[in-house]
Amino acid sequence: MARVVVDVMLKPEILDPQGQAVANALPRLGVTEVSSVRIGKRIELEFTGEPDLDKAREIADKLLANTVIESFEVRLEESADTARTAQ
Amino acid sequence: MKIGVVTFPGSLDDGDARRAARLAGAEAVQLWHADSSLHDVDAVVLPGGFSYGDYLRCGAIARFSPVMESVIDAARGGLPVLGICNGFQVLCEAHLLPGALLRNAHMHFRNRDWKLKVESTSTAWTSGYTESQEIVIPVKNGEGRYTADEKTLDMLEAEGRVVFRYLDGNPNGSQREIAGIRNEAGNVVGLMPHPEHAVEALTGPFGGGTDGLAMFTSVLSNLGAKA
Repeated sequence: MARVVVDVMLKPEILDPQGQAVANALPRLGVTEVSSVRIGKRIELEFTGEPDLDKAREIADKLLANTVIESFEVRLEESADTARTAQ
Repeated sequence: MKIGVVTFPGSLDDGDARRAARLAGAEAVQLWHADSSLHDVDAVVLPGGFSYGDYLRCGAIARFSPVMESVIDAARGGLPVLGICNGFQVLCEAHLLPGALLRNAHMHFRNRDWKLKVESTSTAWTSGYTESQEIVIPVKNGEGRYTADEKTLDMLEAEGRVVFRYLDGNPNGSQREIAGIRNEAGNVVGLMPHPEHAVEALTGPFGGGTDGLAMFTSVLSNLGAKA
């Protein structure tokens, strides 16, 4: 079954203290080549029938993202099971 | 006069808000998130806490509760609505107020008394204060950083819609030290600090501050004047 994936990210101009905290921890792992970390959400929607991208966009716009501070992208993703069956 | 206080699953300060309403002289009415009826109240308070666990974003799920559909309609019709802390977040999610509240810039939860400046007294909830009055009210949040785009911030300033501003520092990184704002009509006010925790000498801020009580008495005198 295909699922719809919604990626939600804070808009670039919005400060992300969570991402900064992670970035500040990277040197403790010995990582020095990462200059910025920003954290978002990945939301997976499974429809009972055919996945409906327009409906998913509406859900994302109304509830999953707050477009005052966040942007979102909606895409179809074949699940691992479906992909294997297709082979 | 009846002040309704909404209880969402995860609300924490609904009891204190009802008590504050009673101390101000109102009849406090408990409103339930799943009940779309406002039970003929004259004003509504959305209290602090973590409605629906604050899952997804603070206030995002509460905004779609049955009671909120009625609150949104009534607020557009002029009903006085006060959102405190989580209630402010719900009002922003419901687009009754512009902007959003985000994780405190320093990532720490802030819980202490804070000095505020009253910047707008032309609201249903702040007419009992004087312009530029300094008040002390507890701040208690982890996601209280008021954020809006520059255009919205300029509009709020130009229209006198910043109601409260933090003084002597900024507890959460809010833009332009904004602690509370109002809608265009002035019947809807949202703020992060907790006026309902500053209504009695015994439990108010250090020194026995009761600076929060005027928010509840303001709405009652405005309603009285109208009736």
